[in-house]
Parts: sequence; C-alpha cells; structure tokens
Amino acid sequence: MDILLQQIINGLTTGSVYAIVALGYTMVYGVIQLINFAHGEVVMIGAMVAFTVIMAVAGAGLPLPPVVIVLAGVLAAIPVCMAIGYLLERLAYRPLRHAPRLAPLITAIGMSIVLQHLALLVWGRDPLAFPQIMENASFVIGGAAISSVQIGIIVLSVAMMAGLTWFVYRTKFGIAIRATAEDVRIAALMGIDANRVIAATFIIGAALGAVAGVMVGTYYGIAHYTMGFTLGLKAFSAAVLGGIGNLAGAMLGGIVLGLVEALGTGYIGEFTDLCQWPLVGDALAERCAADGHAVLFGSNYQDVFAFLVLILVLVFRPSGLLGERVSERA
Amino acid sequence: MNQSVKVLSLSVAAAVAMFGCGKKEEAPKPAAAPAAPAVTVVKIGHVGPLTGGIAHFGKDNENGVRLALDEINATNPKLGGTPVKFELVAEDDQADPKVGNTVAQKLVDAKVAGVVGHLNSGTSIPASAIYNGAGIPMISGASTNPAFTEQGFKGVFRVVGRDDQQGPAVANYLISTAKPKTAAVIDDATAYGEGLANEVEKSLKAAGVKVLPREKGTDKTVDWKAVLTKIKGKKPDVVFYGGMDATGGPLLKQARELKIGAAFAFGDGGCTDKMAELAGAAAEGLVCSQAGIPVQAAGKQFLDGYRAMFKMDPIIYSPFTYDAAKLLVAAMQKADSADPAKYLPALQAIDYNGATGNVKFDEKGDRKDAEMTIFTMKDSKITPLAIIKSGKSLTLDEYAALGTAGK
Repeated sequence: MDILLQQIINGLTTGSVYAIVALGYTMVYGVIQLINFAHGEVVMIGAMVAFTVIMAVAGAGLPLPPVVIVLAGVLAAIPVCMAIGYLLERLAYRPLRHAPRLAPLITAIGMSIVLQHLALLVWGRDPLAFPQIMENASFVIGGAAISSVQIGIIVLSVAMMAGLTWFVYRTKFGIAIRATAEDVRIAALMGIDANRVIAATFIIGAALGAVAGVMVGTYYGIAHYTMGFTLGLKAFSAAVLGGIGNLAGAMLGGIVLGLVEALGTGYIGEFTDLCQWPLVGDALAERCAADGHAVLFGSNYQDVFAFLVLILVLVFRPSGLLGERVSERA
Repeated sequence: MNQSVKVLSLSVAAAVAMFGCGKKEEAPKPAAAPAAPAVTVVKIGHVGPLTGGIAHFGKDNENGVRLALDEINATNPKLGGTPVKFELVAEDDQADPKVGNTVAQKLVDAKVAGVVGHLNSGTSIPASAIYNGAGIPMISGASTNPAFTEQGFKGVFRVVGRDDQQGPAVANYLISTAKPKTAAVIDDATAYGEGLANEVEKSLKAAGVKVLPREKGTDKTVDWKAVLTKIKGKKPDVVFYGGMDATGGPLLKQARELKIGAAFAFGDGGCTDKMAELAGAAAEGLVCSQAGIPVQAAGKQFLDGYRAMFKMDPIIYSPFTYDAAKLLVAAMQKADSADPAKYLPALQAIDYNGATGNVKFDEKGDRKDAEMTIFTMKDSKITPLAIIKSGKSLTLDEYAALGTAGK
C-alpha cells in the first residue's frame, strides 16, 4: 500500500510538470494550429538560465534562504524564455503563417535544433549539476516519502493552472485569445490585434515552460542541453492525450501520463512475472526455483507506456480525452 | 537533417581545401621550395560522443589523443626517412551505434592510419567490423564489454580491462564489505551497462546473493523514482547500477530521497567526481569501479601535459586514449611505416611503458594483466580504495611504489 501511494506521489510530480509544459503546446496549437516543437527547448533554456543565476547568487555568499535563491533563478528564467518565445513567433513562424502547414512544422523542428546547439555553445556539453541548496526534507505519509521539492512542484503547478484558467476565461485578453482561436479573421474584423494575441500565447507558454524548466532542474538536480527533447515529446503526447487545443485537456493529459508512467513502471514487472501464473509458472518451475522470478516485461518499458496509452486513446477517442474544441470551430 | 548539414559542410570544406592546394602548386614560392622537405600527413582517427548526455567523457578521451599527438609532433617524427605529421581526425558518434557506423565509414574513407575509440561498447562493437573490413587497427581506451575483442578481428585492441574482470571485482568488493543477502541490479539498456550488470549479477548469484528481477532505464533516463520505489518495496541490501554518471547521479539522489538505505555501487561510467555534484550529499559512500588505474596514478608527464593544455583535470579514461594514440605511433615507428598492414604485427607484439603502465596485448587484443580499481566517494571526491593487479589488492601508495606508470 505504501508502495502504491509512493508511486502515485511520483506520478503526480512528473505529471504536474508534463501538464505545465503541455499547456505551452496546446495554447499555441489552439490559436494557430501549429505544433511548436521548439517548446521543449524553451523549457531547457529556462532550466539553464536559472542554473546560471542560482549558481551566481548562491556563490555570492549572501545569507539568503534557499527558496529565495531558487526564486531568483525562476524570475530570471521567465523573461528570457518569454523573449525567446516571442522571437520564435516573430522571426520563425509569423513569416510562414500563410504557408502550407508543413513549412512551419519543419521550421519548428529546425528552431528546436538551433536552440539546442545555442545552449550547447553557451552552457557546454557537460551535464550541469543543479546546486543542491534546497534542503530536501522528506516527509513520510503513510509509509511514502514526499520531499519539499515535490510538494512545491505540485502546489505551484496547480496554482499556475488555476491562474491560466482564470486568465483565459475571466479577462478581456483571455476572451481575445479564445476569439482568435475560433477564427483569426473574424476576430481581426472585431478589432482584435491577431498578431498580438498569437505572440501572447507564445509568451505565456514560454513563461510556463521556464517555470517547468526550473522545476525539473531542482527536482532531478541536473540540467543538460538535450533535456528538452524527451520532456517536450512527453508533454506533447500529454497535450494530444487530453485533446490538443484544449487547456483542461492538457492538464488532465499531463497528470494521467505521469500516473500511467509511474504505475506502469512500478507494476508491469509484477503482473508479467510468469512464475505466479498457473500454467506457465509450472513450465518454468526450474527457473522460478533458481531465480525466484521470470519477468516478461520490465521497467525498460517505462517510456513505452506513455506512447502506448496515447495510441490506445487515439484509437478509441481520436480527439483526445476531453476532445479538441472542434465543436466551437464548426 | 543534422547529418546532411554535416556532409554538406564537409564537402564544402573539402572543396576549399582542394582549391587551396591547387593554387599552391600553380604558384610555388621559389625561395621556400628547395629548403623544406615535404611533410607527409598521417591521419589518426578518434571517435567518441562529443554531443549528448555523456559528451564530457567523449571530450576527455579526445583530449588524451590530442595531447599525445601534439607531444609526438613536437619530436619531429620520421617514418621511412621522411618527416611526418600526425593529424587528429576527431569524430562524434553521439554514443549512438548507427551514427558510430557512419563516422567509422567516414574515417575509413578519409584513409586514417589507425583509430582510437570508440568510447561506448555499444558503438565500438559494430564499428569494429567496418575498421576490420578496411584493415585499419583500432584501440579503444574505454570500451569494456567482453564481446568487443571476442569477434576474432585481428586489428581490434583495448587498453582498459574487460567487464568480466570489472564485474567480479566490484561484486566481490560488495560481498566482502556489505555482506548482502538481497541485491537489486539496474542498467541503462546499453551494450555497456547491460553487459556489466550481467557480470555483476553473475558474481553476486555465484556467492549466494538473491538478485531481484533486473530493472532498466535508458541512457537518457533521469526519472528513476518509479523504478526505485519498486525496489524499495523489496528491501535490497545493495543496489548496483550499470550506466553513466549523467543518469546515475539522479538515480542516487532520488534513492536517498525515497529513503532507500542500501549500499550503492556503480561501474566505471558512474565513477567520476561529477557524481558528487549530481547527487549532492547522497553520493557519499558510493562504491564504484574503473577498468584501469585511477587517473591520479597516471604518469606525471601526462597529468602535467593535460592540465597545461586543457586547463582542467582529466576525467577518467584520457590516460588510456593517450596511451592508445602513442601505441599506434610506436608501432608505426617500429615498422617504419604508417601502412596498417605493415605496422599491425608490431602493434600486436608491442611492449610499451605508457602513462597507464606497461601495455602488452594478448592474442585477442585485450590488455594483458589489466588493473581494476575500486573507489569510494569521500568528501565529494572519488577516492581509490584498492587497485587490483594480478589478483592482488594494492593501495594507491603501494601501486605508486611499483613505479610501473612512471612514464
């Protein structure tokens, strides 16, 4: 039981990060139907910038509490990522807005490579060890350990999701975003500056990505110029899983993906241990007696679960768990 | 896409180079022509991951070769009576077997006289078939998987030990110190990580230790919490991980966060000072092994040269790639030729005192009497506990007293 609880805590933590990154994908897709493959790299840059600032502040020897130092890193990463998000849209995607859809998609992959190699030049090829300044106190609840960093990640993610939802559904600019998402040309006729709205979705997504980058950095204690790729891919899957273009879908998709990964990795080995199966177990009796186990699928399938679930959902619900907002567009 | 850009830039570079040469021939400077005799360029290839999660290992290995060739060129070497200049052709295999084969073919096409590398067993093994087909000798300074030299290829060598020596060494150390009843073994699903983990598991089982079902990640995994949680439920006394430091650091950190109290041991890929940075306080007490002597015990000429040239300390296997490059050249000088067919017999029969001690090869191409070192993480530095040589366990001082790596 404590193991199950522990896996749920693990899954919620990674799931929260996926959700925050997935929001960046889904917002941009919702407005201009572009999959911004460079978003994972924006998250990586966020982690890298925060790393530099945290190292500098921590190295200065000021008597600051660790939370403040990490916060300084976050506050530095956000504007840098926002600027990158804006530049991506302005320089790479806006000139291609009316081009065939494949052109901006390839450009997005290109920008992802450019950003990765820029980071390689600036921060080098070594894995950067995030300074372990946060006192990582673990609390034990029902036999499961939860660290202060994990609590921080979950709480902050929920707060950011709530904040974004309020922004999109309760403010005037949010209405503009939703109007643009529905139809760019009609929204423009109603006096909405579409360029501004589209740029804003990139900037907001990038700001969320920056925070996610710092979360990942402090949680795993490592930052590397290639870290954005897998994270981006998982978050993109989460967005598709929930229904791309749908904010609530991205959040749900992220959490579901995190939980599926943790529980899948944790339990597939036990379910596929052939020794406990009645007929096969007898056939393998010799090996089972010697080793005590004969596992068919192990934890090496960790990364497969995410995509397996994605495929299953897409087979049975092509528009994702909560559905793309096609009805609004029709 | 990446690849095509590389190929394009390469062909542009080649075109520029050809153009440059042609021009020189058309208008030779009359004064300089008779004085300086033509210098023949001998190309030595090096391959390792220069990008990706373990790029720091690859660069360290490349630095070793670069330093060796620099030192050799400074002595104005001659082969067959003509002065030669050794030129490094450094390639990046991204620790990916597919890319490894591509760059191996590239080196063959560039007509390198010999290759130092690759780093990962997973790329060295497939690439060795390509070099073997072209008759080009290769010496790896880091690939420890036994299969590498078991293919019957004549020109395949390594200057580090094998995992069927390393695995038992680290396993026996664990058995004698931690006296485990149950052990968990994790690997990163690479030829190196899995191979080493298999060797460790074999030794643990032979000693009557119960080994849990194998857990696996990838060479890019940083989230080990799910795997570790599962292990935690089984309460092992020791945990062994076959993988590199970039994945091992987070693994160790997360294990302590989950309050797993077991003793942890890593292989050579996770045996660097970087572990202390990546895992913080959790790294203290880690046991790890290297398939050779520790860098501190490498020859002084190498250590001084490395620090002066690269303004940093060597990480792990650069003394071995340094020796590998010098071995290639020593064999060429002995045969007085850079032709692989001519110098290969000299390389097989070589008896050379390098930065890592005396090097001789057995008939498979493995280093005879290779050392193994067991380390522990103490005050954020990996500290050698014992150097295992010819079945005997020596301390660092005792090893230094032997004076084998003096050069």
